[in-house]
Amino acid sequence: MTFAPKAVLLLAVLGLAACNNPDKYGAGNGVVDPGGMYGDNGISQGSINDPNSPAYFNQAIGDKILFQVDQSTINPEARTILSGQAQWLVNHPQYAAIIEGHADEQGTREYNLALGARRASAVQEFLISQGVAGNRLRTVSYGKERPLAVCSTEDCYAQNRRAVTVISLGAGS
Amino acid sequence: MITASFGQIFAAAQADVMRRDAETGYKGPRPERGMASMMRIALAALAALMIGPAMAQAQQGPLRIEITDGVIEPLPYALPTFVAETGDAGQMANDITRVIAADLSGTGLFREIPESAHIQRFGAFDMPVSYPDWQAINAQALIVGGVSMQGGKVVVKFRLFDIYSGQQLGDGQQLAASPASWRRLAHKVADVIYSRVTGESGYFDSRVVFVSETGPKDARQKRLAVADYDGANIQYLTDSSTIVLAPRFSPDGGRVLYTTFETGFPRIKMLDTRNVAATLLPEIPGTMTFAPRFSPDGGSIVYSMEQGGNTDLWTMGVSGGSPSRLTNSPAIETAPSYSPDGSRIVFESDRSGTQQLYIMSAGGGEPTRISFGEGRYGTPVWSPRGDLIAFTKQHAGRFHIGVMRTDGSEERLLTASFLDEGPTWSPNGRVIMFTRESPGAAGGAQLFSVDISGRNLKKVDGVGAASDPAWSPLLP
Repeated sequence: MTFAPKAVLLLAVLGLAACNNPDKYGAGNGVVDPGGMYGDNGISQGSINDPNSPAYFNQAIGDKILFQVDQSTINPEARTILSGQAQWLVNHPQYAAIIEGHADEQGTREYNLALGARRASAVQEFLISQGVAGNRLRTVSYGKERPLAVCSTEDCYAQNRRAVTVISLGAGS
Repeated sequence: MITASFGQIFAAAQADVMRRDAETGYKGPRPERGMASMMRIALAALAALMIGPAMAQAQQGPLRIEITDGVIEPLPYALPTFVAETGDAGQMANDITRVIAADLSGTGLFREIPESAHIQRFGAFDMPVSYPDWQAINAQALIVGGVSMQGGKVVVKFRLFDIYSGQQLGDGQQLAASPASWRRLAHKVADVIYSRVTGESGYFDSRVVFVSETGPKDARQKRLAVADYDGANIQYLTDSSTIVLAPRFSPDGGRVLYTTFETGFPRIKMLDTRNVAATLLPEIPGTMTFAPRFSPDGGSIVYSMEQGGNTDLWTMGVSGGSPSRLTNSPAIETAPSYSPDGSRIVFESDRSGTQQLYIMSAGGGEPTRISFGEGRYGTPVWSPRGDLIAFTKQHAGRFHIGVMRTDGSEERLLTASFLDEGPTWSPNGRVIMFTRESPGAAGGAQLFSVDISGRNLKKVDGVGAASDPAWSPLLP
């Protein structure tokens, strides 16, 4: 619970910053927008109350799923979120998505890059299995370079072991 | 611009430092002398210490830190401030002397006897040594030097004396460089002294490429930087507009491989240290490439390529050519490192379920697992001597830097902390530098070094927040 206000604040700040970045895949946004976590890639977020809006995708459906330590298995809770993501993407073919894989800091740097890639790929495969065209999806790993929560306890680690689906305009549609 | 001057300085320094044996000094045969052989025995004792605790650990099950220190008494040496032989060399003589002292004492193998305790004072470089004066203050080594400015160059000459045998150890030497390279002159003098006393090559005239870090933990800004091994002369090679990771020097120090997110995805880039120009290496579209390392001949690289979520090791020539696959498993294979002769590669894989270390032929083929202790093992790096492999170990919520033989035996942990990772070897294989990160929201990364005996753990000053160090070879 203690993280909620901070997350909202972050969202507001990063939302502003990310508006400057028109790149489809958020190229080079590693500094302005930490890991592109909330990167809107220049697209209008719209309202969370509008089921056709990216804001709805990000917040109502959920753009993020979490993983167990050193795992890339998609658990039942994540499955529900990803099914919602897939359905939204199928219904909104004008959007593409890049899936970011992340790891917590309890691992070596290059292994965590590979682990993040595994997680992003697991999400990609699931979305494809739910009918999303593969050419609309790309993956990237940030390893442990862009934590969402910065404490060094399991509370934070659990939030950082994540895959985030960032939608953008147009690719492959 | 800071980065623009780097190449010039680096290249100039390489061409600039000339060494020649001085006409002065002892020219006769050089048998093993008291001081040198004593230090060799001391180093042998260190090696023996490494074996002892590792065997004990194997019997006890879980590995514990058993860092033995205080066993070796550092060798006391006297280093009178070098004589300024021209009127304008006073400051330079003082500065060079202090850098030599910092190099020697910084190893933990030498202890300086302060100048205030010296009895004999050198008014001239050629003054005869009064051995009883140095024996009286228990000096075992004496270094006498002179500095002059000649035709725009700094010229340093020095002699090393073995006090107990009452003779000069090795020839006197003279070195010259441009004033901008004065620290390199000092490092070269210290390398010669270290080498004569220990019988091993030195490591002071070397550089470290690393990632300089600024900003909060969730928006860290990273840029490539290079500094002398002691943290001096820091220079930046990239700006902080994108994440950069894990640089490595080429065997000749002229190029640096690293991973950059500048395209939005991890890609390998090669930078020429002479002109600071960098180029992305070719990749197969839709993949991520990272963890690049040069082969010992500098002609090819080994790296990780991720395809469809799976990461394997590949190799390709540095000047193009199609990549060829070295591993083919559904596990993560990364963090490769060549043996010094280029015949084998050590790497990490989680094919057993957790990260462990494996060795395979440089051309690929069936690997042999070498790590069998508890916990996870990653980031293996082959020592320049070829005898040891340094690694990061994770066990019971702690991180360690350790070393083991290439067959996995005689494992020894050198450090323990919240997060230590990414060892790199000094050019002589005696010291390991690594990243130590502190925990929490305000946590940050710093560079540390430690002897392979586990002694002399210390922070590398002067580089600020930094990670992913990679040591250069000894400079020419």
